[in-house]
This record gives sequence, C-alpha cells and structure tokens, in this order.
Amino acid sequence: MSDVHEVRVGSSDDIVGIRKMVRTIAGDIRMSLVDQTKLVTAASELARNIVVHGGGGTVRIERLTGPTGRTGVRMIFSDEGPGISDVDLALTDGWSSGQGLGLGLPGSRRLVDEFELDTAVGRGTRITVTKWTR
Amino acid sequence: MTNPQSGGQAHIVQLLSTRQDAALDRWTELAGATLRGRTTQTELRGELRELLSLTLASLEREDDTARSELRAVLADMSGRRARQNFTPKETAVAVFTLKQVVHELIEDADEDQAINEFVAFSRYVDDLGLLTFETYAATREQVIADQAEQLLELSTPVVKLWEGIVAVPLVGTLDSARTQVVMEALLQTLVDTGSESAVIDITGVPAVDTEVAQHLMKTIMAARLMGAECVISGIRPQIAQTIVALGIEFGDIVSKATLADALEYLLSRNGVRIVREVVG
Amino acid sequence: MERVPILKVGDVLLISIQTDLEDRTALALQEDLAEQIVRTGARGVVIDITAVEIVDSFIGRMFATIAAMSRLLDARTVVVGMRPAVAITLVELGLSLGGVHTALNLEKGMRLLAAPDPGGPPGTMSGR
Ligand SMILES: Nc1ncnc2c1ncn2[C@@H]1O[C@H](COP(=O)(O)OP(=O)(O)OP(=O)(O)O)[C@@H](O)[C@H]1O
Ligand SMILES: [Mg+2]
Repeated sequence: MSDVHEVRVGSSDDIVGIRKMVRTIAGDIRMSLVDQTKLVTAASELARNIVVHGGGGTVRIERLTGPTGRTGVRMIFSDEGPGISDVDLALTDGWSSGQGLGLGLPGSRRLVDEFELDTAVGRGTRITVTKWTR
Repeated sequence: MTNPQSGGQAHIVQLLSTRQDAALDRWTELAGATLRGRTTQTELRGELRELLSLTLASLEREDDTARSELRAVLADMSGRRARQNFTPKETAVAVFTLKQVVHELIEDADEDQAINEFVAFSRYVDDLGLLTFETYAATREQVIADQAEQLLELSTPVVKLWEGIVAVPLVGTLDSARTQVVMEALLQTLVDTGSESAVIDITGVPAVDTEVAQHLMKTIMAARLMGAECVISGIRPQIAQTIVALGIEFGDIVSKATLADALEYLLSRNGVRIVREVVG
Repeated sequence: MERVPILKVGDVLLISIQTDLEDRTALALQEDLAEQIVRTGARGVVIDITAVEIVDSFIGRMFATIAAMSRLLDARTVVVGMRPAVAITLVELGLSLGGVHTALNLEKGMRLLAAPDPGGPPGTMSGR
C-alpha cells in the first residue's frame, strides 16, 4: 500500500513522535485498542534500543493490505551500530548488556505478530515487525 | 482472483447484440427456474439485463472499465443473494445458464464461426461464475463473523455480586478469541464500577487449552497491575491437570472450589463477615 | 523542556501525568520528586496515569525507581488509574512493576495511603 513513513531516530527526544505516528496509523486501520497499545509499546522499545545501543538510525512505518484484504502495520528499525553478537541471548527475558531490564527485545517480540531480526557485528541491526488487525 | 478473458468472440458478440431481447427472455426463464420465487421475474430480468449489457461491453471493447464494472455488479448480486440465503450453486447457475442461451442462439443462426468461439466464451462465463462463488464465500464469512461477534457479546456477562465485587461466570468451551474478549470486558468493568475484586468462575467450562489458560493468567496479572484482585473458582479436575501438565505457573493466584466460596473469601477480605442468626 | 507539576495534597504529593512523557521529562520528574519529598516531609506519592495511553519499560522503570526512592525517604508510592489496555500490554512485555502499589483510581489510591502500612495491601504489586 501507499502509506510509508520514514523517520530518523537520533536521540530519545524522537521516541514520542514515533509513538504518536504509530498510534495514528494503527488507529486509521481500526486496530483494536489493545493491539494499538501493544504496537505502540513495541515501537517505543525498539526505537529506544536504536538510541541506546545502535547509535541512532531510522524507523520505517508502512500500512499493509494482505492478500485477503486484511490490514496491518509493518515497522522496520534499522541502525548501523555495533550489531548483536549473540541474538539468542539478546532475545532472552532479563538479559541486558547494560543497565536495562532486558525486556525490550523479547517483550516487543511478544507484542507483535511477526518479528524478524537481522544483525551483523560491526555493521548494524535491522528489526522488522508486523501486526495485523483481527 | 480469476480474470475473465474475452479473446476474439466477435461473432458471438454480434449475435447477442442483435438478438438481445430474445436472449434476455430466455436467460430470465432459465435462471429463474432455480430461484423458486425468492426474486420476482421483473427483478431478475433487470439484474440480468445489466449483466448482459456489461458482458457485451467488456467482450466487445475488452476495456478494463467495463470489465471491472461487470465484476462489481456480479459481486454485488452475489453478495445480496448470500445474505438472502441463496446457496452459492443457485447464484452461480444463474450465470452459467448464459452458456445455454448462447448455445441455442448459435444453433438457431447456424453460424460456424460462432461455434468456434463458443469454447472461449464458455470459459469466460465460467470465470464469471467462479467470481460469484468467491464473493458468495466472502460475504457468508462476513455474515458468520458478525453473528459470532454478537453471540460473543451476549455471552459475556459481567455481573455485580456485591459492592466492589464482580463476577464473570464462563460457560461452554473457551477459545482464545472469546477468552480475550471476556477478559478485556472484565478489566474494563473493574474500571467502570471501581470494583477491586473479581471472580472468574469456570465451573461451566469443560476444558481449556494452553492458550486459554495463559489468557486467564495474564488477565489476573493485568488486574493486579491495575490495583484489583481476581479469584478463580470452579476449576474442574481435568483443567487442574491440564494446567499442571502444561507447566503453566499459577503462582500465588487464589483458587476456590465454588463461586460461593470465592465470594465468601472476598467478602472476608473486605471485612464483611457472614453470620447465621440463631432465632429463638 | 516540559516539567510535570507536583501537587501537594495534605501530606501526599500528587503527580498527574497528562502527556506522553519524553524520557528527559521523566528523568527530571524523578529528581524534582525526591527533592519535594524531603522538602515537604510528604508520607505518600500518588502517580495518576488515568490519561496515559502507553507505558513502556522506560516509564515502568521510572515507577519502580520512584517507589524505591520514596521508600528510602519514608514515603509510600501508589500508581493509580492504569487503563486495561496498558495493563494487558505490560503483562505481555513482562514488566511486573515489583514494589509498586497500585489502585484503580485516585480516590482508592488516597485511601490506600491513609490506611496504616500493612506491607501488602490488596492490589499490591510487591514482587515478594
Ligand atoms: N539496535 C541494537 N543494536 C545493538 N545491540 C542491541 C540493539 N538492540 C538490542 N541490543 C542488545 O540486546 C540487549 C537486549 O535488548 P533489550 O531491549 O531486550 O534490553 P535492554 O535494552 O538492555 O533493556 P530494556 O530495553 O529492558 O531497558 C541489549 O542489552 C543490547 O545488548
Ligand atoms: Mg531495550
């Protein structure tokens, strides 16, 4: 579908704007309130990871229409930071390389329908998530 | 979705155009045979006239506007019939009878070239028929989904047991979607009524799967985050076994044998004691 | 930068969050609050999130930090008015808000703080 937004995530000040944008798009396709909240929360976590761990990057948000007319939202979080050396570990509840709670990655994975993580050490990280309306 | 292809059917188009009225009469007669009075002949004739002229337009000009208009009108008709409880076969047959109409026209006119085109025409009509099937299925699905949702709303009563105590008595098999709807309704009721306690009574639930058990758990945890307490009552032995076997952590959740026990427990937590008065 | 106002109601400090908080605003709030608890000698803190549409792990951690900090300064913290959608999402995220007391609404939160501290009133999220 047509709607594609790409936003730069440079500092934590950009996170509120991203939350607002995701909320608007999810509302436009009439996603349920609970699902909207889940999607916005996942966006917030993944955008903050870009700021905290990825040294800045971009978020691409698009509206989807599936083959059966189902609608959804896809978000792609990319950065060219240090990458993640042990993906399984990073996806484990409670594991953080820093002072975090270690819930951002595993938590957002539970909050969406599809979750894909591409990363290469020294080159960066790209996380693609999708949530469909029910 | 299938894409009706016309592919050079000039003679058939010519034939149909010149004998449009006769063709329409015959089509109405054939298609009407299966409709058993649920649509009047006049209505049917009107529908078919529109279909026929759009079919001709799309065969003649092979233009996309006429074709998509034809599909829209067909989809419309098919959807309307789905809601009127026609079977998908009845709807499709109405379209397929156009083949017989054309076949008879060709035989009458005794036109060789038109006969050669008949195979392609026949395939074209088949595609249109299939399109009605697709629309029919989609519309019925929508009708069923709407009904299911209505049932869901009807079957999720959250009742007030006492000031500050509400209950959801669940009855029947719980699937994941229904559980989710009920649980969201319960949490919203806590907010709306300012109730700090709730009983989820599953006496009427024969079995649960992992997903449902997990939804129940998550609801209880969500209620706690909001500042309310949920008690489960009426867990059957089988469900208890499922929960233990699945290794789902029920943690420090309070479970009571019956709804009455749960109510008594919550009342006493709220400082209410029930005493039987000894008379005489 | 925007600052969240802190209201004094009796011996309770009331924070009513009305906007989607920026990280910096949340951090500033923690500092302001610590200072105010000491200055006013408040015994309780109520954070009203009735208007809040999302709580992510950052804000969740802020609640836990405020609660822990208040406790050290001899005040109790209650988070009130969490919406169902927010609560459901927090559970899925895996955040338990350990040590933070919660109440359905402002009135109940105030009443909770007025009652003597039993260590674990109904609706507590103390992770012990
Ligand atoms: N974009 C990224 N680039 C590099 N490393 C990342 C990125 N995102 C996550 N990580 C790594 O994965 C770990 C887990 O991430 P997660 O979001 O689950 O926890 P956290 O950010 O450390 O803490 P929390 O999000 O709970 O505050 C991080 O500690 C970090 O090492
Ligand atoms: Mg994180």
